[in-house]
Amino acid sequence: MSDTIEQDAHGHVDTIQLSAELVEAASVASHDVAEYALWLGDDSLVLAQNLGWWISRAPELEEDIALGNIALDLIGHARSLLHYAGAESGRTEDDLAYWRDEPQWRSAHLFEQPNGDFAHTIARQFIAAHYLFELYSALMQSTDATLAAIAAKAVKEVDYHRDHSIQWVLRLALGTEESRRRMITGLSDLWPFVEELFVDEPLIDRLEGAAVRPSSLRGAVEAAMFPVLAEAELDVPRGFISSGGGRRGDHSENLGPMLAELQVLARAHPGAKW
Amino acid sequence: MTIPPVPYAIDPDNAATVSAEEQQFNDLIAADSRIEPRDWMPDGYRKTLIRQISQHAHSEIIGMQPEGNWITRAPSLKRKAILLAKVQDEAGHGLYLYSAAQTLGISRDLMTEQLIAGKARYSSIFNYPSPTWADMGAIGWLVDGAAICNQVPLCRASYGPYGRAMVRICKEESFHQRQGFEILLELMNGTPAQREMAQDSVNRWYWPALQMFGPPDDDSPNSAQSMAWNIKRFSNDDLRQRFVGMLVPQAEVLGVTLPDPDLRWNEEKGAYDMGEIDWTEFHEVLAGRGPANARRLQRRRDAHDEGQWVREAAAAYAAKQAVKAVA
Repeated sequence: MSDTIEQDAHGHVDTIQLSAELVEAASVASHDVAEYALWLGDDSLVLAQNLGWWISRAPELEEDIALGNIALDLIGHARSLLHYAGAESGRTEDDLAYWRDEPQWRSAHLFEQPNGDFAHTIARQFIAAHYLFELYSALMQSTDATLAAIAAKAVKEVDYHRDHSIQWVLRLALGTEESRRRMITGLSDLWPFVEELFVDEPLIDRLEGAAVRPSSLRGAVEAAMFPVLAEAELDVPRGFISSGGGRRGDHSENLGPMLAELQVLARAHPGAKW
Repeated sequence: MTIPPVPYAIDPDNAATVSAEEQQFNDLIAADSRIEPRDWMPDGYRKTLIRQISQHAHSEIIGMQPEGNWITRAPSLKRKAILLAKVQDEAGHGLYLYSAAQTLGISRDLMTEQLIAGKARYSSIFNYPSPTWADMGAIGWLVDGAAICNQVPLCRASYGPYGRAMVRICKEESFHQRQGFEILLELMNGTPAQREMAQDSVNRWYWPALQMFGPPDDDSPNSAQSMAWNIKRFSNDDLRQRFVGMLVPQAEVLGVTLPDPDLRWNEEKGAYDMGEIDWTEFHEVLAGRGPANARRLQRRRDAHDEGQWVREAAAAYAAKQAVKAVA
């Protein structure tokens, strides 16, 4: 079967298929670039897997659609990145998504955090979208043409995700007493996982120019987030900082059950095509 | 296709009692033109449309659940993306349809209340469970396929906002049906376990899909009036017949067996003969005694209840912003 489903009337089709130019342009990544693409692809896939749960459970129909749309964008980014990451070792995006065990995943803990209530999901989105927006903005300058092309496509979509999360942070923080209480809780529960996003692992030293140095993003991410928190009359949470370790394969307790669900059907039928 | 004789929307013997606005409505219907929200319309027409459109909207919303069930477990990333897009489309269809119903003077809040209170109907088919991945194929192929047969004629429904919503919905539904067919095709070309999964799913969904067209014509009390008002264009049995005629060659391509031993081509009739539909089951599920009725409504109610504080926050924030804008 073709990997393409053409349907003009359908607005989401371009996110369903791998962008042809990306597939063709992709030279095979070096081992280190492949590992870096895995970091980014795993972050997006894990977040999309979390967000997909909301469909048919969101507080209003418009949010079923919005969260579904965001998840769909993120799966698109994950597919491009995993496709690129796998080429080096002869593995497909699905080999990587369905046949790696937990220690082989590279997602940061933020993305693995459970949906919680809507305020937790929004807090996670707020941090994630700001981080991803600055990351992809910088990655567009990568010396690696494939990463730069993926980033150029992703940054436009992540910009919308960022806007969506900002609107909700304001509504929840300044809405009712209850929503404010929940927003404060959500933000303080998710904030410990911010720090890991800015940690430079040794891999980054070997990818000068190709990868974005995580520590270099802190200034821009904070400069974008803090004024929103100020407008929402929210303090920047202080307290726990998670030691992270996702890039080295040390994960939060949430990833295992998530992978069990994501992989269960594929693993029940080794070698099957879908 | 033959259309049974239908009664006039009004009794011609009482023409003297017809007001000018009613006459205008009757003329528009007679000319097969569109009725728009600001036009005068008989109460019965308005009520029929509100019932039909809101039931359709509820069906889209409840219909997100059997497929939503597999988003987290979809067996490839491509399938996950397609399924996510499809379920998201259904939410979008629900939105257009609620909006179309709102133009008739009912609020979305009231429709939602009716749904979660169990007072409103939605398509019975969504009260069946989706235990296997193959159900994503069978739902697309059979359930969306039946929906298309029902809905394409609705694009010409006399009520403008409904007909226009249906045009957009039908385009997306044809994508949905095709992706369902593709899922089944891939399974039927796969391992013995995959083929078994596909056939089992077709066995479970075939008869409920045929029931989606509603009771037989001689037991469908509202049909004649809906046809007179140009809301409904073809009878339940005609549409069902058309659907089966479409399925048989597709089943052959797939290599699945349709679970009806009496299904065979009738040369004389130029159409397929089919076995008896179990209407007892249909009425049982409709009456709330299907396999997943309680579960479907509970999920909807939970989402509504747990989202209450979020909707309140959004409303409070909007009110504060409005005050600020005035100040």
